[in-house]
Amino acid sequence: MTIERFGESLRYALYVITHPFDGFWDLTHEKRGTVAAAHFITLAMIIVNICLETLSNFQFHEVRLERFNVVYVILAIIVPLALWTTAKWGLTTLFDGKGKFAEIYMATAYAFTPYVITTTLAIIISHFLTFEEGIIYTFLTVLGIVWSVGLVIASVMMVHDYSLSKALLACIFTIVGIGIMLFVFTIFFSLISDGIAYFVSLYKELAFRMT
Amino acid sequence: MKHKCIKLIAVTLLISIVCAVPVLAEPSFYTYNYDYWLVEVPSPDAYRVSSYILGENMECGAFKDPQGLYIRGDLLYICDSGNNRIVVVKALENAKYEVSEIIEGVTIEGEFSPLNYPMDVFVTPENDIYVADTRNGRVLRLDAQRNFVSAINKPEDETFTETAEFLPFKLVVDVAGRVFLQAQNVNKGFMEFDINGDFIGYMGANRVNPSALELIWRALSTRAQRAQQDLFIPTEYSNLAVDEEGFIYATNTSNYADSVRRLNAMGNDILIRNGIEAPMGDLAVGTAAGISGNSKFIDVTALENDCYACFDRTRGRIFVYDFQGNLLYAFAGLGNREGYFTMPTALDHMGMSLFALDSRTGAVTRMDLTDYGKLVNDALLEYKKGHYDNSSELWEQVLKRNGNYDLAYIGIGRAALRQNDYKKAMEYFKLKRNSAQYGKAFQLYRKEWMETNLWWILVIAAVLIATPALYRRIKRVWKEVQES
Repeated sequence: MTIERFGESLRYALYVITHPFDGFWDLTHEKRGTVAAAHFITLAMIIVNICLETLSNFQFHEVRLERFNVVYVILAIIVPLALWTTAKWGLTTLFDGKGKFAEIYMATAYAFTPYVITTTLAIIISHFLTFEEGIIYTFLTVLGIVWSVGLVIASVMMVHDYSLSKALLACIFTIVGIGIMLFVFTIFFSLISDGIAYFVSLYKELAFRMT
Repeated sequence: MKHKCIKLIAVTLLISIVCAVPVLAEPSFYTYNYDYWLVEVPSPDAYRVSSYILGENMECGAFKDPQGLYIRGDLLYICDSGNNRIVVVKALENAKYEVSEIIEGVTIEGEFSPLNYPMDVFVTPENDIYVADTRNGRVLRLDAQRNFVSAINKPEDETFTETAEFLPFKLVVDVAGRVFLQAQNVNKGFMEFDINGDFIGYMGANRVNPSALELIWRALSTRAQRAQQDLFIPTEYSNLAVDEEGFIYATNTSNYADSVRRLNAMGNDILIRNGIEAPMGDLAVGTAAGISGNSKFIDVTALENDCYACFDRTRGRIFVYDFQGNLLYAFAGLGNREGYFTMPTALDHMGMSLFALDSRTGAVTRMDLTDYGKLVNDALLEYKKGHYDNSSELWEQVLKRNGNYDLAYIGIGRAALRQNDYKKAMEYFKLKRNSAQYGKAFQLYRKEWMETNLWWILVIAAVLIATPALYRRIKRVWKEVQES
């Protein structure tokens, strides 16, 4: 893959956010998007979130820097994204969705382009606003989230070739699926730790008897 | 051997570093304050114990279960409730005290009527005394010669049932001679009596604000469970005090209502709450030494400079707030050491000195302002007067003694803002994260910056707009020249 293809697919993100249906259809079906560009947008999202915590004006975004942990910020994006993509892929594969795993990931990442743009704007603008004008800052951040969520729904419709109601239903079930996955993870880890604890105590008991 | 020693020290250090666990505990310092993140920050002492007033040291004998304290001029009126008397103590020079008078009862129509567990006393500027003679169910009014003037008995009102006992606890009298009284089991507010002792009505009932979670929890409970829970009805006030302007400060021990309120004549709350949190005592409460829960204010006293001090029964602390509701300093605690209390009961002031009554030890502790405390109060006063230069200087001095004092930074910032030094104001407000004030300073700074820099912004904008047009024109002319 050449650098031109990467640049072109990244620039395509700007087309997608203004023409969601057309854009997402072509993104996967016409191979206009690339996974590399999706990685880039995810990375941008992480960087923007770190900047939001560290570089925003204190009037609008309160962060206690001594408690700030960059790993949590990274995980707060990677983990939900991974869970969403996996759950969505598993679900739509069962319910005759069209998309592949990479395509679902790509579309979801592309859908978060508005969030990256508006949050960057909000961070910059926060240094030129007074406390009373904070409504502009709030508007920008909310706009980014609402726009991105709208795009995610549009991406589900286009990638899996669903109707709106079916896409919404799929989103709800994906969230349920994420819950189930987390539940299984928790049970798994607690079982493993209980199992290890059993053998550890068995060993201790034996060692105690032997000596 | 030397080698081993070094190794041992190194290992010990390593272990101490690895095993160092931050200990979260109740503050062990005497005076403290809260910062922006609601964390206790130690502070230099603003008040220190200067003397104790004990009955044993005077001819009147030890106090027994004293419940009330009132100060007018240099006289302390101590309700020695357990001994059914009121002891008037005169404060002399160099921390000496002497009993000037003991009131044990009154003569009504030639018949001596002793006091029975008086719990509060109020003295008017004309030196009339009002006594809440609790277990006799009456409020007595005596004149300056201690002759009986009148008495307030149980009001004949439909809100007062026949069987209910009338037990007056705490009272104040306003300039118009109206008596505001808190009686036991009265939750409709203070009982208000006119100058003739007739019952007028209730004033300033407590508002109850349960949280959403509690309301949901209640809605989900069964009838039997609900009967076991706390009732969301207005609670009784725990104490009251009248300030210089005639407004009534009232305290509350319930978790569901404002801890301290300032009531006007209509009974509306006019307390200013501009601090980080509304005045409520401790902001970060934990459980330690068997003590848990929020602060419970059992008395309040309004100082002359519009500050007010609240006495917390939960942890025996005194919280002093300024007129904006900022916590100036919190100090003291529960214990048997000097400056600590076992059963906080009442608080009053003489000038800037605080007098705290402990009913278990039967002692009145006098606390005087330290130099640091004086600086804080002076700085507040100078700012209120409008002397911003002076207040800024005083705040600087406060900062030298206590670099963690948020109010000093904000005070300097405010002074700088008034002196049009926006940049400095912004810096100080930002340090203590005062968004609203920072916004004000920044708005002015931005305006000033625009006014001084607008010309070159316009020049650049003009150049940017003009350049392409100019470029095109030159190009055209050049073309024409070449073509011709």
